[in-house]
Amino acid sequence: MDRFSWTNGLLEINETLVIQQRGVRLYDGDDKAKMDVGVALLSTHRLIWRDNKNHECCIAMPLSQILFFEEQAGGIGKSAKIVIHLHPTPPNKEPGPYQQSKYSYIKLSFKEHGQIEFYRRLTEEMTKRRWENTPVSQPIPTGTGLQAGRTRAVGIVGIERKIEEKRKETDKNISEAKEMVELSKSIANKIKEKQGDITEDETIRFKSYLLSMGIADPVTRETHGSGTHYHMQLAKQLGDMLQAPLEERGGMMALTEVYCLVNRARGMELLSPEDLVNACKMFESLKLPLRLRVFDSGVMVVQLQSHSEEEMIASALDNVSDKGSLTAEEFAKLLGLSVLLSKERLLLAEKMGHLCRDDSVEGLRFYPNLF
Amino acid sequence: MSFEWPWQYNFPPFFTLQPNADTRQKQLEAWCSLALSYCRHHKLYTLDVMEAQESPMFNNKKIERKLSMEAIQIVFEELRKKGNLEWLDKNKLRCLVMWRRPEEWGKLIYQWVSKNGMVNSVFTLYELSNGDDTQGEEFHGLEEWMLLRSLQALQTDGRAEIISMDDGKGVKFF
Repeated sequence: MDRFSWTNGLLEINETLVIQQRGVRLYDGDDKAKMDVGVALLSTHRLIWRDNKNHECCIAMPLSQILFFEEQAGGIGKSAKIVIHLHPTPPNKEPGPYQQSKYSYIKLSFKEHGQIEFYRRLTEEMTKRRWENTPVSQPIPTGTGLQAGRTRAVGIVGIERKIEEKRKETDKNISEAKEMVELSKSIANKIKEKQGDITEDETIRFKSYLLSMGIADPVTRETHGSGTHYHMQLAKQLGDMLQAPLEERGGMMALTEVYCLVNRARGMELLSPEDLVNACKMFESLKLPLRLRVFDSGVMVVQLQSHSEEEMIASALDNVSDKGSLTAEEFAKLLGLSVLLSKERLLLAEKMGHLCRDDSVEGLRFYPNLF
Repeated sequence: MSFEWPWQYNFPPFFTLQPNADTRQKQLEAWCSLALSYCRHHKLYTLDVMEAQESPMFNNKKIERKLSMEAIQIVFEELRKKGNLEWLDKNKLRCLVMWRRPEEWGKLIYQWVSKNGMVNSVFTLYELSNGDDTQGEEFHGLEEWMLLRSLQALQTDGRAEIISMDDGKGVKFF
């Protein structure tokens, strides 16, 4: 709620009203804001809210402040809401009803309905971004970049930061991709017209693009055919590629994580899930230092052969003993691993008899096996 | 003297049926032991399964954990296999709890009889369970059905004979 500024509620030139809805209560994060129920107004430039009883109480926020938003369905005794996640406060923001807030999101609670239309219009305005084309006289500060020195955050702040980074990355990728498309076109044309060779220079440039995306020489079905030979080559490539990521993650990755990692790096000639699994099944026969492993629950992981099971279980027992008891979620947070893999680890330790379980309405919790 | 709970009683996992076979075995043994001690302490000879689920024996309000009906049935089955429990009905809702098996009672009674040089005497059942002479003995106050089974066990062993008398049963020890 600290992103809002006081306003007189009048629209500027070039600013038009899109939709307004009565019966809206504001929430600062999960807490009810100190205002009463009022009217929410959406313009091409701002999100405005005005108190029903006291029309002087009027606040607004530029739409550029909005990071993303989502619907929250209502229930019995609960109105439907729109949750709006916001960029950090810009330094030159005008004063508003809240000096500071521990939340970086607000909610609009629609006590007299209207959320469906409001959400639709908000989506439209956020797509069109009309405020960028027609700036108004009031200063509308845009969401600034990251504050320097912010420590690694989990939760919404971390996600927001990642979204910012991704956006910048995407912009960079788009400009790089343009270059690459030009190059590919020129190569394709040359091949088509059988005009001379592809110069060594072009080949080198092409390969350097691939390298920057993480693939030195993509093994494709064309170059190596399909079937076992293809899978063999693929397995060897995976063996190289996954070494570092596996070590970073303590020697084990869920197969789904591997799939995402590999395909993100390849960029083109994506792997199908079947090809990935078939390649992974060949690790052992090819004497590669990786293994595909299936847990009792059906979860499939790729793990380093050097990965020590006993160490993993012993450390799990240490962690649990240290804290008295742990849930899979708590353990995941402790290790920085996914909840899926953490749970597998705990289940394995239980299978070996080092841990026992407490299953109650509070959830599933693991204790050292004192029996 | 108030009942002393075993350490497991305050350990939340104790109330969850453990999937690991070895762990489960130890868990069940502890439950059997607790159930029998509890019954012995409170001199309970029969149990109603529904009531048992809510009683402190299977329900620790302090840590907000209780044994599920499924787990209770498994514990009772263990006790039955060991000879400490007998179902009174087909639906398995009521049972006899023998925190001491009939053979064990029989042995105790016989020891008392022989210690006091009363072998070859005849006793009524009442004298044994409620007589002044047996005051202070562990089997004093034993319920009749249990006493009868104990004496039957001795009879099988050839150390006693149950006889019918005018107003009830009696027993002669050899």
